[in-house]
Amino acid sequence: MYTSGKYSSRGPALIPRMKTKHRIYYITLFSVVLLGLIATGMFQFWPHSIESTADWTLDKRSVHDAPLIRLPVSSPIPERGDLSCRMHTCFDVYRCGYNPKNRIKVYIYPLQRFVDELGVPISSTGLSREYNDLLSAISDSDFYTDDVTRACLFIPSIDVLNQNSLRIRETAQALAMLPRWDKGMNHLLFNMLPGGPPDYNTALDVPRDRALLAGGGFSTWTYRQGYDVSIPVYSPLSADVDLPERQPGPRRYFILSSQTAIHREYRAELERLKEENGEALLLLDKCSNLSQGAASARKRCYKGQVYDYPQILQARWFWEAYFSSMKAIGLTTLQIINDRIYPYAARTYEQWNNPPVVKWSSVNSPLFLPLIPPRAPGFTAVVLTYDRVESLFRVITEISKVPSLAKLLVVWNNQNKSPPEETLWPKISVPLKVVRTKENKLSNRFFPYDEIETEAVLAIDDDIIMLTSDELQFGYEVWREFPDRLVGYPGRLHLWDHEMGKWKYESEWTNEVSMVLTGAAFYHKYFNYLYTYKMPGDIKNWVDAHMNCEDIAMNFLVANITGKAPIKVTPRKKFKCPECTAIDGLSLDQTHMVERSECINKFASVFGTMPLKVVEHRADPVLYKDDFPEKLKSFPNIGSL
Amino acid sequence: MERCSRGHMQAKKRYLILLSAGACLVLLFYLGGVQLPAASRSRHDRSRNGHRLEQPWPHFSDPLHPFLPWDQTDTEDYNLHISPRQKRDINTSVYKGKRCRMDSCFDFSLCRKNGFKVYVYPQQKGEKISESYQNILSTIEGSRFYTSDPGQACLFVLSLDTLDRDQLSPQYVHNLKTKVQNLPLWNDGRNHLIFNLYSGTWPDYTEDLGFDIGQAMLAKASISTENFRPNFDVSIPLFSKEHPRTGGERGYLKYNSIPPFRKYMLVFKGKRYLTGIGSDTRNALYHVHNAEDVVLLTTCKHGKDWQKHKDARCDKDNAEYDKYDYKEMLHNSTFCLVPRGRRLGSFRFLEALQAACVPVMLSNGWELPFSEIIDWNTAAVIGDERLLLQIPTTVRSIHQDKILSLRQQTQFLWEAYFSSVEKIVLTTLEIIQDRVLEHASRSSLMWNSHPGGLFALPQYSGYLGDFPFYYDTLGIRPYPKFTAVIHAVSPLVSQSQPILKLLAAVAKSQYCAQIIVLWNCDKPLPAKHRWPATSVPVIVIEGENKVMSSRFLPYEIIVTDAVLSLDEDTVLSTTEVDFAFTVWQSFPERIVGYPARSHFWDSNKERWGYTSKWTNDYSMVLTGAAIYHRYYHFLYTNYLPTSLKSMVDQLANCEDILMNFLVSAVTKLPPIKVTQKKQYKETMMGQSSRASRWADPDHFAQRQTCMNKFASWFGAMPLVHSQMRLDPVLFKDQVSILRKKYRDIERL
Repeated sequence: MYTSGKYSSRGPALIPRMKTKHRIYYITLFSVVLLGLIATGMFQFWPHSIESTADWTLDKRSVHDAPLIRLPVSSPIPERGDLSCRMHTCFDVYRCGYNPKNRIKVYIYPLQRFVDELGVPISSTGLSREYNDLLSAISDSDFYTDDVTRACLFIPSIDVLNQNSLRIRETAQALAMLPRWDKGMNHLLFNMLPGGPPDYNTALDVPRDRALLAGGGFSTWTYRQGYDVSIPVYSPLSADVDLPERQPGPRRYFILSSQTAIHREYRAELERLKEENGEALLLLDKCSNLSQGAASARKRCYKGQVYDYPQILQARWFWEAYFSSMKAIGLTTLQIINDRIYPYAARTYEQWNNPPVVKWSSVNSPLFLPLIPPRAPGFTAVVLTYDRVESLFRVITEISKVPSLAKLLVVWNNQNKSPPEETLWPKISVPLKVVRTKENKLSNRFFPYDEIETEAVLAIDDDIIMLTSDELQFGYEVWREFPDRLVGYPGRLHLWDHEMGKWKYESEWTNEVSMVLTGAAFYHKYFNYLYTYKMPGDIKNWVDAHMNCEDIAMNFLVANITGKAPIKVTPRKKFKCPECTAIDGLSLDQTHMVERSECINKFASVFGTMPLKVVEHRADPVLYKDDFPEKLKSFPNIGSL
Repeated sequence: MERCSRGHMQAKKRYLILLSAGACLVLLFYLGGVQLPAASRSRHDRSRNGHRLEQPWPHFSDPLHPFLPWDQTDTEDYNLHISPRQKRDINTSVYKGKRCRMDSCFDFSLCRKNGFKVYVYPQQKGEKISESYQNILSTIEGSRFYTSDPGQACLFVLSLDTLDRDQLSPQYVHNLKTKVQNLPLWNDGRNHLIFNLYSGTWPDYTEDLGFDIGQAMLAKASISTENFRPNFDVSIPLFSKEHPRTGGERGYLKYNSIPPFRKYMLVFKGKRYLTGIGSDTRNALYHVHNAEDVVLLTTCKHGKDWQKHKDARCDKDNAEYDKYDYKEMLHNSTFCLVPRGRRLGSFRFLEALQAACVPVMLSNGWELPFSEIIDWNTAAVIGDERLLLQIPTTVRSIHQDKILSLRQQTQFLWEAYFSSVEKIVLTTLEIIQDRVLEHASRSSLMWNSHPGGLFALPQYSGYLGDFPFYYDTLGIRPYPKFTAVIHAVSPLVSQSQPILKLLAAVAKSQYCAQIIVLWNCDKPLPAKHRWPATSVPVIVIEGENKVMSSRFLPYEIIVTDAVLSLDEDTVLSTTEVDFAFTVWQSFPERIVGYPARSHFWDSNKERWGYTSKWTNDYSMVLTGAAIYHRYYHFLYTNYLPTSLKSMVDQLANCEDILMNFLVSAVTKLPPIKVTQKKQYKETMMGQSSRASRWADPDHFAQRQTCMNKFASWFGAMPLVHSQMRLDPVLFKDQVSILRKKYRDIERL
């Protein structure tokens, strides 16, 4: 996928070489600008603090300032918690409702200090550092609202992270006293250490009615599928641990056990394994470090580094994204609940699981279903024209002979002149439509006109008359086999110019192809939509301003989103320089090529990568040039000009 | 001079642009950098926009204690009190029945010896079995999981028909309770799998099966989240009596039209129940119906005495109902509503899925089919019955790119897991196998992307990059070399034998990593020095039992992703090999190679025909000279049934056809033929050099028979035709031959 900011290792250098004098000058200038920006940034930042000083001083409170609430002994206790609770039975979805942003609103109760009638607090720790971090993070997030009437989810400020520090009955009473408690409906509790001696339950023992539980250490029997959220147990020790940047490659230990409190029976088994495996197994009795999981158990070592790399990153990425802090844990929990309430806007598996490195290089084509569309709907030919009526009419007559042509669309790009009268147009057997454009822009050729009713589009210039009907029909057949690619006739190549250190456009007779020109190419209408509405950066405007390179832009776009090379069909012809149509005649070839090379460099920098793929093949009919009676061939009339 | 100064100017300009671009970047970074981590700013922004200031969680100045005091870190004494073994035993005795999990109700040790084998009880005389259940049983018996020896089994399936447990149904089997209890291997249902489509009856349709299932797992349709035992039961789709046993119809999606909207936005047509449960949502549908693009129709006209119970809306609803054709609506709607019926699941679900009409689920508490492995958010809209009135707004808000993707995913899922009874049953078994062999289970990506979990076998590798399907998703490319596997059947007698020439030509390819000679000849292995000296390693191995299938065994010595499969008499030049391999790198999931063949439907004989004539299209590329991914060796050996493989071995023929069937069934695409040297084709066609195998007059007839046998096992014809061949870019073009990289291909 496209993202700006990534540069291919082969890509162009950002700073061109310059003279030392200039360099110093520019470096100074740059530094000044940079310093200025930093100053501005600081300034930008400060006023906010000043502006909101009032809030800050007000915010900087002590937990001891929180109101003291005395719980009567007879205060009601919620029910234990219903194991059959599911989102559709125990969760009030009307509180969340339809929401254009598909984002739930989360309310946090203000801090209160609960004590029993004798004044003894319900918890030995009160508000813990971690729970405070968690609530601050939620408060700082987009989920947060302080408006209790708008909230979909309520989070008590009563800290139940560690059951050991709680007085269970009193904590339950405190929960029930919350103004919006309503049998715990839509309330979310965070607990990391559930249970206590002697039976060590796997879910918080505090009676909590229908409240959702984000709990550490659930068993499959206490976890309510699709209702609770299973969260990791955060170790306060890990806050200070800096994970070292690891190089890919084999690791010293194959298996590491760093759990301290292990039953002796289990430990004996581990010791036995250690004896059998020696060095590969490391059993730690006490480890202040975090256990990072076992190194991957992959056997294929011949491609060692390449294969190990993403997986190692993956583990680390998971840790950083979802486990490393109370903030990460809290926001992940909310996002999971959010996904359940707005499932049609839920994050995908890939979004959750692919580390940035994979997201970067991975391509997921929008046309991913392997599908060979039927021949019958045919294709729509879109001819872009300005004023070369005679040549246009010849093209129309030629194309109209292609059996699978369904409709012909002429895009009249000349605002100063009207298209010829209807009677003057060639009579053809398929519908012919003329669209007049408002501005003479190249991008008009790629607009997803409603008149295009087929998924296949043939983009063709108004002077391409050298393609036979067999060749065009064959091109359409090839497109059907590759509906997610550009399938075209003139092929071109991009090359890395080592001397200049940048990309170069190549139109010579080469053995390789990485682009096909859209002066004659089949493609899916979806790419018209993409070109018009999803072209990254300023490429579209750039093309329209320069009146050049719309075809290169289209090749970039398609290759970037599908990760696939175009398909060049049939032998090369001596096209009447389809790239220089606008200039006509003059020997501007050189300038033209320079400009097209610039396009490639420009686009590569906008895309942040070089998406074009080079291949060495082209498509011909199965029996092309075979010693076989011509009249028995499906596409006899192909080639030579 | 002028140009020079302009150049200078341009350079300056460029630097300026660069600088400003850099400045912009810094600025962006700044704004972004300040904004993102401290979203608190957004609150101030909001306040500036006229909203009131939101009260954030306060910043406390007190030193707060950690939630876990240092002296408490060793609190997990629980681990010290009870041994893991005791813990397991307690779980097993406590968590039974409704609380069954794999850990408490499944005996993993039965699977350790022989792997995941499934036993089907012998059918007893006098027991009638419905056609659907018969289909389920024969699928299992025909699968690679089947064992006829209960001593080897890990999973047991009853021969008693448990599909329809509606007492009012004619299919209902009586006295099931005693029949089940009397089974000698029942063992309180441990490691048993029970299939069920219908449970309960009018008026409340409970999920009770009417007999004690003990510790057995359920593969059940319309199962509710309350009764579903996660990672123990399997939710299966409701399918009809007519659902085909194998193969199955393909999805209806033929092309991806843009924009992706169809005539209707949302449709439904179905019964409304006047008595009993299941109609709350259907009763309310008329509120949303607008007779334009949201067409939700119900009828009261069903059952014997509907008129007795009919309500005020019935006549109006019935009239509207009759105006529309269900099929037409199904095919012309973007979304299809799937509200619960009497039971949670309904036939509408599979119908919508097949019709590429994105299902909008309105069945609160339905554990969706195969929910354990399918990410339904990628193919359906999960609605909430309570929010029925919001449904039109919700579906209208779904972006067209998402619709395009949802729609394609319906088709993928339909064809991968639902289109036949066989797929439903195998998916169920594979899900259970993934639980049993957890260390080698499929990732969500394997289940939810092409070609799906039935074709992506996790036992092959735990790394996705080892499969031919995920290169794009992982953003990687296949390993840039191949292993050649030459199938040798005749003894080595002279130094001019084709196999030696072939060996030399292949070894010279820059992409060749190694050559394996598979010695399937009755004569003993020739001495090492008889093989020519090559720059790459040549490994000679003796074929297992010297049978045909051994050429597709997943030999561990094949370490490259690509395999170049060769017959001993194949004539190929180094250039041809190089070219084919560069093409394969663009199509790593297909067979890429030289000798092409075609199939056709012989309407006179009503069967498939095979042709080796020169035609304008082809659907097979023979493995006498073809490159494909080594995963297909694994799939050929482990996925195909013994019946087909032994047929190939007995005939010593058709292995190449079978491989083409397999690969096309996986990819749903044709193979790719690349240019060949004239000479080569003639050798192939003339059949003169292929003394033993090709001269046999039966050979051709056999291949015809094979085709039909294979097609019937696959349940459909998987082969796909292609009309194109891939040639080198400058093939036969009128430019100097010296310019051409693959010039040898056109030189005779």
